[in-house]
Formats: sequence, C-alpha cells, structure tokens
Amino acid sequence: MRVTCPYCGERDRREFTIQGDDTSLRRPGRDAGAEAWHAHVHLRDNPAGRLREMWYHDPCGAWIVVERDTVTHAVHGSVPAREAAR
Amino acid sequence: MVKLLAISPAQGLGLPLAIGAAHLSEVDPGPVTSIAPFRGQEAALSRALGGAALPSPGRVQRMNEGRLVWSGPGRAILVGVPVPEGLSELAAVVEQGDGLACLRLEGLAAREVLARLVPIDLRDGAFPEGATARTLLNHLAVTLIRIEPRAYEIFAMRSMARTLVHELDEAMRRVAARQGAV
Amino acid sequence: MRVANKGLTQGARVIPFTFDGRGYSGLEGDTLASALLGEGVRLVGRSFKYHRPRGVLSAGSEEPNALVTVEGVPNTRATVQEIWDGMAARSQNAWPRLELDALGVNDLLAPFLGAGFYYKTFMWPRPFWERVYEPFIRRAAGLGHLSGKADGAPFEKAWAFCDLLVIGAGPAGLMAALAAGRAGADVILADEGSRMGGRLLAETDPVDGRAPHLWAESVLAELAAMPNVRLMPRTAVTGVYDGGTYGALERVGLHGRARADLPQECFWRIVARRAVLAAGAIERPLAFPDNDRPGIMLAGAVRAYLNRWGVVAGPRVAVYGNNDDAHRTARDLAQAGLKVAALIDMRGEARVEGAAYPVLTGARVTGTSGRLGLRSIRVDGLGGPRELEVDCLAVSGGWTPSVHLTCHLGAKPVWDDRLQAFRPRDGAVPGMVVAGSAAGRLTTAACLADGLRAAAEVLGDLGRTVPPMELPAAEDAPHAVAPFTVGEGSRQFVDFQNDVTVKDIRLSAQEGFQSVEHMKRYTTLGMATDQGKTANLPAMAVLAEALGSPVAATGTTTFRPPFVPVPIAALGAGGQGAGFAPQRFTTSHEASVQRGAAMTEAGLWYRPSYFPRPGEATWRQACDREVDMVRHAVGVCDVSTLGKIDIQGPDAAAFLDFVYANTFSTLPRGKVRYGLMLREDGFVMDDGTTARLGDRHYLMTTTTAAAAQVMRHLDFVAQVLRPDLDVQVLSVTEQWAQFSVAGPWSRELLQSVVDADLSDAALPYMGCAEVEVMGVRGRVFRISFSGERAFEVAVPARHGAALWRLLVAQAESLGGGPYGLEALNVLRIEKGFITHAEIHGRTTAFDIGMERMVSKAKDCVGWAASRRPGLLEEDREQLVGLRPVARSGQLTAGAHLYGRDAAATRVNGQGYVTSVCWSPSFDTSLGLGFLKGGRARHGEVVRLVDAMRSVETLCEVTDPVFLDPEGGRMRG
Repeated sequence: MRVTCPYCGERDRREFTIQGDDTSLRRPGRDAGAEAWHAHVHLRDNPAGRLREMWYHDPCGAWIVVERDTVTHAVHGSVPAREAAR
Repeated sequence: MVKLLAISPAQGLGLPLAIGAAHLSEVDPGPVTSIAPFRGQEAALSRALGGAALPSPGRVQRMNEGRLVWSGPGRAILVGVPVPEGLSELAAVVEQGDGLACLRLEGLAAREVLARLVPIDLRDGAFPEGATARTLLNHLAVTLIRIEPRAYEIFAMRSMARTLVHELDEAMRRVAARQGAV
Repeated sequence: MRVANKGLTQGARVIPFTFDGRGYSGLEGDTLASALLGEGVRLVGRSFKYHRPRGVLSAGSEEPNALVTVEGVPNTRATVQEIWDGMAARSQNAWPRLELDALGVNDLLAPFLGAGFYYKTFMWPRPFWERVYEPFIRRAAGLGHLSGKADGAPFEKAWAFCDLLVIGAGPAGLMAALAAGRAGADVILADEGSRMGGRLLAETDPVDGRAPHLWAESVLAELAAMPNVRLMPRTAVTGVYDGGTYGALERVGLHGRARADLPQECFWRIVARRAVLAAGAIERPLAFPDNDRPGIMLAGAVRAYLNRWGVVAGPRVAVYGNNDDAHRTARDLAQAGLKVAALIDMRGEARVEGAAYPVLTGARVTGTSGRLGLRSIRVDGLGGPRELEVDCLAVSGGWTPSVHLTCHLGAKPVWDDRLQAFRPRDGAVPGMVVAGSAAGRLTTAACLADGLRAAAEVLGDLGRTVPPMELPAAEDAPHAVAPFTVGEGSRQFVDFQNDVTVKDIRLSAQEGFQSVEHMKRYTTLGMATDQGKTANLPAMAVLAEALGSPVAATGTTTFRPPFVPVPIAALGAGGQGAGFAPQRFTTSHEASVQRGAAMTEAGLWYRPSYFPRPGEATWRQACDREVDMVRHAVGVCDVSTLGKIDIQGPDAAAFLDFVYANTFSTLPRGKVRYGLMLREDGFVMDDGTTARLGDRHYLMTTTTAAAAQVMRHLDFVAQVLRPDLDVQVLSVTEQWAQFSVAGPWSRELLQSVVDADLSDAALPYMGCAEVEVMGVRGRVFRISFSGERAFEVAVPARHGAALWRLLVAQAESLGGGPYGLEALNVLRIEKGFITHAEIHGRTTAFDIGMERMVSKAKDCVGWAASRRPGLLEEDREQLVGLRPVARSGQLTAGAHLYGRDAAATRVNGQGYVTSVCWSPSFDTSLGLGFLKGGRARHGEVVRLVDAMRSVETLCEVTDPVFLDPEGGRMRG
C-alpha cells in the first residue's frame, strides 16, 4: 500500500503508524459531558467506502489525514493534520 | 588538566569498509543543530541566517559555509557550522550533532546497496543530487542525502550505529557477491 | 534421450550431477528435468497419496510431479532447477528407493483412500489417534522433508522502482518492453526463465524470417543496451498488491554451488506506475484412465524439450489432444526424425494436411500400461480399439491463460467460450494491462501485436508516445479447442500433485460439496505446491458436468499470492540474528562489558543488569551489594535510555499543562517536577519529570519503554489536538548521555567533576542547572529514583563514555561503584516509586494514589474520561505495599491476592502483585501491588497465591513507601 506524505511524497505503508479514523479532529470541550466523551473515546463508524484516518509518518514526524476507500483500497489523498484541524 | 575525551559514534566498528564497488566510511559533519521557527518568524529567521530560507521538503540549501537540510515539517538542521547568535527568540534551536551517527556510502554500487535497505525511489529523477529524504533503512529511521551522483550521506541515531554498519556491511556483501557470480 | 542436431544447448559445456546417488551428465542450460530426460530417466518421483510412479509432466513452474530435493532443499521443481557442476538431487516420497517404494501399496487401497477419507476414518478406537494414527500420518504426509539444519547461504530483499513493469518475456512481453524502452520509459522486464524469450525458445515457426529464438536474442540485445531498461531473468512476479506494488522472487544463487554472501534468492518489492502482464498460458492435460504414468507429458512441453533442450522422453511418441496446437508437436517430432506412432485428435471434425504419420480423429485414449514408465496406450476410434507401443504420450487439453496475478486484488476472471477457459477481466488491477496468450491470444502474430498495443496504452498513461515500430512476421494459424470432456474409467487424474481424480470430484458433488470452493477443500484439489495450475480448469469442467451447469457458472476459486512458492527465509531476509531488530547501545556499554556486567535487553537497548565483583557467585549477591552501596556510599548508573524531549516556544507552558495532568506553567525556572500523563480514556499513559530550563524552554523525560510512543503522542497533541499552540517539540534522547549519581556521597562525587555550586542552597532538591562538566557544557538535575540524595548529570553523548569511566573511578574511591537495573529496581521498590509494572495501561491516577495531581483548574488529555465515576470508586484496586508476615515468605510478581482465609478462586480475587524484590535494607522480601480499597486496609493480612509457581504467602498490607516516608534522605 502506498500513501502520500504531503511533505515526503509517496511512501510505502511500512513508514507509517495508523491511529484510526479522524475523530480526534473533533475533540469535545472538557465539560461536554459523559456521553460526548464516551462517543469520542469509544465509538467509531466503520464505513464500507471512503474513510478519513489519522496517520503518522514516523520518519518525518508529520501527522496527516489520509482519505482512503476501505472497499477498493484506493488512497484518495492526504493533508497535514494541522490543515484539516482548522 | 583532565579533559573529557570525545568518541565518535562509529568508533571501533571497523570503518572504513570497502566491499566490491561500494565504500563506507564515517564522516564528522561538524555541528548539527535543529532550527524550527516559531509562528510568523520565518522571515526574521531567514534574515538572521544571512538570507538563507529554510529548505522546502526534501531539499538541501547550500550556504556559504554549511548547509540547511530539511528535517521535518517546519524545521531544518544546520549542518557544518555553529548556529549564529540571537536565534532563541525566533526559533527552537536544539543541538542534535551528538545524537547522530553520520556515514558516507559511495561507489558504483552505492545505489544498488541502498536498494536492499531503503524503501524509496532512488532513481535520478526522484532522488537527484541535493535531495534529502527522511525514511527507513531496514528498521532504522534515517536521514538520507544524495551529496554526489554516486555518494550518499546517512544520518542515524548514535545508539544504533552498530546496527547501521551491520546492515550496510551485509548489503554491500550481497551486492558484491553477485558481481562475482557466473 | 538426446536428439541429434536439436536444442539451443548444442555444443554447451558438459555438466556432471547426481540423482539418487547415480552419476549423470547434462549440458549447460539444462534443467534437471531436461538433463534426466536426456539421460533416459523418466521416473522421478512418487505421488503424494497413492505413491504412484511419476515423471516430468511440464517444462515450467507449473510442474506437479517432478519435485525433488536439491542439496537438502525439498520440493524443488526439476523443471525449474538448472543443473550445475556436482549438483546432488534426490527423489522424494519413496522408500527404500524410487523403483521399489513400500507405500506403493497405497495404490491398491485406492478405493478406501478417496477424497475426504480422513473425515470418515482414524476415529476408532479413540486412543489410537495420538499413539498410532497421528505419528503414522505425520511421517507419511508431505512430499519432501526438511533437513533440520539452518539455512546455509543467505537470502536478501530489495526494492525497485520503474515506470513500467513487464511481466513475462515471451513475444508479447518483448514487444511491450521494446516499445516502452524505445519511448524512454523506465522499464523492468521480468521473466521466470533462466533465459528470456518464453515460448519463442520452444517453437520452430519463424519470426521475422528467422528461428524465433534468434529474433528474441536480437530484441534482448537491444534492451540490454538501453540504460532505462532493467532485465530481470530468473525472476517470477509472485503477487500484485495495492498501489502498484508487486512482489517478485529472483533466483540468484540456486543455479550454481553455494558461495559465501551470494543470496540464494532475492525477494523484490517493485513499485511500478504501470504494468503489462504477458505471463502466457499454461497447458492443461486431458483426463483418461491411468493418465499419470512417467512419459505422459504436456504436448507443449514435449516441443519445448525437443526444440530448446534437444531431448525427448523416448524414441516412440504419440500425440493426443482436443485442439489444433497439439498438431505442432507431431509435426516437430516428425521433422526431427522421431517416430510418431499416431496423432490422436478427439474431435471428429479435425483435419490435418500432409502428415507423415498416422492421424486418428474422433478417437480417445482409453488406457495406458507401463508401471515405472509408459510402454503402451489403448486407443478407441472409428476403426475399433487398438494398442500402440510408445515411450511418450504428448497430451494437450488446450491452453489456459495465466490469469492469477489479475485476480490478486479480488477480481474474478471471465469465461471465454472460444478458449474454453477463463481469461482476465478488464480493469481487474488498476494500472495493469494484459497482453498475449495471457489475454487469450492464440497465435504468435497476435501476441506480438498485442504486446505493442499494450505498450501503446500504458505509454499514453505515462505521458510518452510509442515510437513507430514494425511488427515482425510470425505464424498466425487458427487455433480451435474442444470443450473438456471425460470418458469412462477410473484412475483419471486431474490434480497430479495431490492425487485427486475425476471420481473424487464427482464424489464431492454427490456429497453436497458443490461450490467450487467446497470441492477444492473437500478433495484438496489445487491445494498442493503447484496450486493446481494444470488441474483447476479440468476440475471445474468435471464439477460443472456433475452439477449439470456450464463451467462459466461454476467459476474459479480465489487466487492469492504467491504465484510460485516463496521461502519464508526470503520474506524474512535480513531479519535473522542481529538483523531481527536494531540494537541500541549506550555510551557506557563498552566500559560496562569490560567490567563483566551482565547485560539485559530493555526494549531495543542493552543495559547492565548488575556488575558482579570477584567472589560474587549469584546475581542476588551483586544486586544486594549494589543496593547497600547506593544507600551507604554512592552509585553510578547510566540512565541515558530514558526519553528526553526538548519543548520550546511561546506556548510551551500551555502545551505542557495540556499534556500533563498536573500543572507545569507554575514551575519556576531552574526547577524539576514529576509529571503524570493520561491517555484520552483517562488511564495513565506514562510518568516522568520535566525541568524548566528557561521561560519558554522545558526538557521532558519519559520512561525508556514509552519514549517513542510519547514522542508520537506529543507530535499528535501539537499537530492535531492543539495546533493553536506555538510550540516546537524534538527528541534529544540521543544527544545527551545521562548518568545517575546516587547515595550519601553523591554531592562530593559530582562536585569533583562539575564546575558549579552543588550545595543544597544552590541546587535544592528538584532543581536543575546548566553547568560545566570537566570543561564541557552539561546539565545537572537534582532528582532521585533511589530515595537517596541523588543527581543526574548530562553531557553531550560524545563525552559519555569518558564521563562514565571518570564517575565510576571517583565512586570507587569513595567506596561505591556502578550499579545496574536489578539494584535500580530494588531501590525504587523500597521507596514505593512506580514504573510501567504499576502503570501498565489499566491503572488510573486514582489507583496509584495520585488523583490530586489531576488539576481541576484546566483541561488536559484524559481529563474528562478520568472523571468517570467508575474510575474513582473506592473499592477499585489501589496501590499498596506488601510485606511477608514471615521474614522468609516468598513474593512473586503476577501473584494474586485474597482474603486471609478465603479460597483462592476468581470471585474471591482482591488484587494482584506487580513488583517484588529482596530488600537488603529491610532484610525481607517487599512487593508492590494493587488491592481493592487498599488504601484503607493498611495493617491487614492478605494471602498471596501464585498457582503457576506454587507459592502461597501471608502478607501485611502497608503503605507503598517502605523507606524514609518523609523523604529526608533525598533532601538536604
């Protein structure tokens, strides 16, 4: 599997650590309540299709958001997490 | 007066090594300092560095003395000369030189040797002279720089110098053995 | 036997080799199969289940029968293995010898050994399974045997990148590579064979007016001269993976004697923007009774052996097929001067012009004779039954396109009536185009044209144009093939390697295993090392007929990589021994080893466990002495392995307040504070200390084990959770060599090497300073993990080795010395300091007694989840100390805790033990653990039970801090 680090270019999957879907970009406020935090920490959608995920490019230290299709395995691009977070 | 002696990272590891058409040696890169500008300070930093801008990803910026090597998003390492004074307000300045082992791999077989260990495209179009990449050399995280058409510099963590030499030694022998085969 | 004036190996060097201990010779360029055929050897093995005598069937990697052991490597295909001087090969699966195999009796038991027989047998009597049946089955199973020795020569792995990967160097592949090469693309041309050219090396029909192999040679010469083309012979592309990544196995050193450093094979990962699959087609045999005797071979293979290697299995050959291609075998044999007993074509409507041998149309082979080698065949046709005396029967059921690689990403092939076979589905692999007979083109001319067409298509994608190119003239004769049909009779083999017959397939359908996937697993058809390459399609035809449905509906099973067997040693190349993982050494490593330290692995690091002195026989003696040494004199320990992270910027303080549960923005400059880091689910992730070196400059330490994980986490916080913060984070673990100097004499020792005031007034407990160490810029931190007065001194790593030796020498002058991890662990347990044994991922700040460290005045990672009521319940397992009631009582880590008089059952579990040690300071064992509501149970006696190690000990529950609870020894 090849994934593009926005800084380093297309690289092999082995250079990355995958965290999971991009829920982390929508962190609730401290006092948002137990249900909101439970959902944030434990609940995830598992779509058959396009998914946005948090990946870490270990050699350069960049956290990126990768969009890929869980059915076709096609990778549809990536952006630095900083940009996605805004 | 007693002084603390300095030991280089690859001391005692059997370098330089010449096997087939590849040659491996340790180099002392001089001072190596990470420079990561704080928000909005890129221009001021460039002025403080005598007009040199931080290199874009994958590039090496040659200066009068020394070079700036891209080392990650929003940062670079200054190699070969000490950092000028007065940068601490503009950027996170962190010494890195002691933590790095720096080896030079060169020769006609250098690229074939690296192909055994490094998962990136090393062809001329993708990795020309003056290019740098943060990647893996088998299990090690390394900075790879193509300094000449047939010469590369490899920076890895000091503590892994022995593993780095071992991996390159093995790869050099595998490649050289093919040359001798019928 | 060798045929005069035939073969591309004419005049080559003679190569001696042995087979089953007998000496033979072949020519350079021979495979073991062609050499044995040249020497008149037809019997090469015994089949898997029935131990039937078997011979060479094919001329390629699809070979199911001729599996031999070469130089100790089992299941080597004789049709692929090239012979070399003195090579020793042995047959498999026969005892005492190939011609007389004791288990040949299995063939007589065939009625009882059909498909799935083991589901219905070996069940009674039950005790027989383990003692009788299983050992017997283990010995009888498999074909080859492992030598039990470690691999001699090495394997390697490598990466390659290109614009275009051409898979197969036959006519289609050569044209594609030539066009792409001339267009300036970076091309890799890979072919399984030792010599490139594919079927062009096996046929006689001219290409471009010359012998086909000469045309191939001229193309290869041009390709070899192109700097943008890489030729990879002996390289089988084994798999297609996502993103244009391909796996390939190159035979590097298997065609010669093993040499040091020369890899046996190389496993390549090839990244290609585009690919052309020109892998050709595989011929399928026909089913008829006793169709597996040595000497019965595929017709295309007979041509290859004749034309490329100049050998035949015997002087009298018959040809049997259901298609036009088989005729070429009869023609080539006759032209070479060999006796063709008959060309038998199943199709009544077949026509053959100008044949110099008998042609029987509408006839079928109904039986064969010759147990150790074919002697005769029985043919049934228009003129009635007859017997023909032959040494070799060339069989062709048609050609099956090699679709495998196109299905590795999950696509299914499509049925083609004209081919009577499946062919690749368009678009099955993104970026891959199929050409030649792999795409179902049946003539040489069509293959050449198809290769050029495929190149044009991919070059367009690559932004290049095809140069003007002429197609060479080549044969273009029509090829028709009849559907696969089966006649009457038994012992009609379909899968030769797993001994599966037509009857087995029909039995499978009858017993309800009707899906092709079920039939495969029930009969084991297609599950041997050849993956059914010659068997799959005939099997589907038999199954379809048994079910009364068309083959297209039956479908194929799933194709998975690898296309050919790949040794695990190739996939794991570079990972043996020291290559398994990086080794990390501290700057004091050499000095520690010289002192005789016992080294242990802490993750990837090597650290000293203890430093035995002369007279100390056990690790405990050394450890006890080192603990005493630190408590009463001074000890030096290398702590460089702990993660060190430099944190700077206008928002550095705010960053730390968010990352840590406690507050760091209030930490004064020149001070150090213990910090607790939570995960977002509220559990403890890591602990450590962070020092404030400047207004906007902090230095964090983490545990050795979690250093990389914490670094990734800090990057995550900075880039994902709090990109609003202006902060820079960088690992400096390797930049600094750092040593702990601990004990009552620590200040005196350190003052001897540090040029700065280290008095209590100048550097109080939990302070830090930048200092000069022997003229070198360094840092000192007054922190203690031992509970004694202690400092950590850091210098740039180049000076680490020298500083360590100096510190140890000075320590010894004070009655102290170096100490290792064992003593480090005892010291911290005596002080109740926790490590990842206690913060193991399921404990919270509340559990370890630090819930007040979680500041309520701010947000931090894990804050909200840590407030969940369940994480704050009083009866949660809380950190306690444990002390055996009887001084001699034994404690073990991992033991569970129960009420003093309660039964040691799961429901009575009260907690567990995490760390234990023998404490020289208290002359007893001590432990740390977690006990339900433990903080309120100090003084209670509980029972420790370790069922695995048969330990039971009564323990008093205590405060985890055994030594110096006020902490006076660390201060002052």
